[in-house]
Amino acid sequence: MNDVVLDVQNLRVEFPTRKGVLTAVDDISLQIRRGEILGVVGESGAGKSMTGMSILGLLEPPGRIAAGTIHLSGDRIDNLDDRAMQSVRGRRIGAIFQDPLTSLNPLFRVGDQLIETIRLHTDLDKSAARERAKELMREVGIPAVEERIDSYPHQFSGGMRQRIVIALALCAEPELIVADEPTTALDVSIQAQITALLKRLCRERGTAVMLVTHDMGVIAETADRVAVMYAGRLAEIGAVDDVVRRPQHPYTTGLMGSIPSLRHDVEELQMIPGSMPRLNAIPQGCAFNPRCAHAGPRCRAEVPKIACEETTGAACWLAQTGTVDQGEAA
Amino acid sequence: MTLRSNAILEVDALERRFDVSAPWLNRLIERKPRKTLRAVDGVDFVIQRGQTLALVGESGCGKSTIAKLVTGLHAPSGGSIRFHGDRDRLQMIFQDPFASLNPRWRVARIIAEPLRTLKPDTPEAEVSARVDELLRTVGLAPADGVKFPHEFSGGQRQRISIARALAGEPEFLVCDEPTSALDVSVQAQVLNLMKRLQKEMELTYLFISHDLSVVRHMADVIAVMYLGRIVEIQPTADLFANPLHPYTRLLLDTIPDLDAPRRDRSPMGGEVPSPVSPPSGCSFHPRCPLAFDRCKSERPQRNPKTHNRRVACFAADEGAQDVQ
Repeated sequence: MNDVVLDVQNLRVEFPTRKGVLTAVDDISLQIRRGEILGVVGESGAGKSMTGMSILGLLEPPGRIAAGTIHLSGDRIDNLDDRAMQSVRGRRIGAIFQDPLTSLNPLFRVGDQLIETIRLHTDLDKSAARERAKELMREVGIPAVEERIDSYPHQFSGGMRQRIVIALALCAEPELIVADEPTTALDVSIQAQITALLKRLCRERGTAVMLVTHDMGVIAETADRVAVMYAGRLAEIGAVDDVVRRPQHPYTTGLMGSIPSLRHDVEELQMIPGSMPRLNAIPQGCAFNPRCAHAGPRCRAEVPKIACEETTGAACWLAQTGTVDQGEAA
Repeated sequence: MTLRSNAILEVDALERRFDVSAPWLNRLIERKPRKTLRAVDGVDFVIQRGQTLALVGESGCGKSTIAKLVTGLHAPSGGSIRFHGDRDRLQMIFQDPFASLNPRWRVARIIAEPLRTLKPDTPEAEVSARVDELLRTVGLAPADGVKFPHEFSGGQRQRISIARALAGEPEFLVCDEPTSALDVSVQAQVLNLMKRLQKEMELTYLFISHDLSVVRHMADVIAVMYLGRIVEIQPTADLFANPLHPYTRLLLDTIPDLDAPRRDRSPMGGEVPSPVSPPSGCSFHPRCPLAFDRCKSERPQRNPKTHNRRVACFAADEGAQDVQ
């Protein structure tokens, strides 16, 4: 178990509001190993970005971690103060966000932004940091580095900008990279380039990657394992091939069926009736039970869980016990 | 002309240029030339009544500009658009269901607007009966009419947009990325609704999307665009079974395929060049694995002799001749 880089146990994120406490992330446990890409997938509001943000220590107040622990290579990081967290973020955890225009400062040359980050996290002098910046830019596939290092962000295309952001995330050789929708703003051909780059870096450097996205296609192409989230909870976790081909949770099955296929013709796409519950109206028992065709009495009474040491599993009574009748609670 | 007898829209040599020059004084002082962006550069296609034609391509290829030209939101700089139908019965559905509904209007008023504009004499009772009916058609309740757009989710808002488009009893709908802002399960609901409505009301769609899997599900004919031009146009099944243009092939190779995930593919190199200064000849030649000298100097046309005008590519033409 030494190669576990990120270990999240029973994480719970709450937002106290005037109308009561909202639980955005509810009892999530997951691990990412060295050189592994874990995809976190879910629809808007499923809590996937919140999970990423709480690992980065960037939850917007009043959001807070209410329960659970986050360990980075054995060190607990969820209870660090802002200063201590600042030195973890960037140095040990790199972050890549959706919109590369907002993650770069438009007033500074990209080279200077890279050099600043490198010098903040290492003790290289200015010229060595500049060499390192060039090296990183080459590594993420930016052509004509000598000229491009002194360009401003707006002089790059979207795909090239995202490469710069990835180079920034790599500056301090972090153990973990949290990538939140890194390809969503990009065209398909550029998206493929960026996911290929992430895969290569992960393989070559042994970095653990948490890839947060709504796009099942990107997950299927990039991730080793995938965690499916629904209404702040983990619905299913497992190896990508298993989850994509043989989903255990009815929500995952519905999600996969609603994506138009590139190979098979269907007259009608599969639909999941209704929509995901709002955070203030999460139903009792399994959060998915009002939309589930298989729901039974136990689903309406008891919350199904995936044991936190499990690497595969579905939070579904039917998948776990083969029955939806009242269990021991009855 | 049997092919065109049932056409509802004929687009011929359509062009749209935008002037993106620097301001006059800068041009004078810095001696900069005028610059034109050819957003749509000689596009032609025909849509048959009751069918769906999809335009696919990456951002900046001109697909949304065509939507605006067809709906009349832009005037063409050249070429022609002939619509064989009632102009009033051409409606549009936009991408962003948050920006395309007036946040200060109640839903009933939003949906009734086309009715009140196109048929101002309609009695008020008839208008509200029609609005109720439209809300039911798109899967909402008549009681939702008194609510404001912010009270709805993205998918529901897109249903409201569809109801508004249907209010004018359209025969032709231009849909510009109608589901791109939606989650997949909601997208499935909206796509199913659009297919059902097409069957029930004999609608014709011009469907614009960057998502090939969505397009495959919706379209009868697919036109692939690259830098303002249609590089390939084929019936959907043929395009997926036998893509002719190298760009289409690369595009099909790059999109993630859920039925065969984790392929160790080599992604397509390069990026879409700037439409302000497109490459000479075939604009795809710098990225094309099959490019030869002729592609750099001459612009390929969709050739009537080979492939029945389906593809604009010298390499594909030569391949066809080899077979013959």
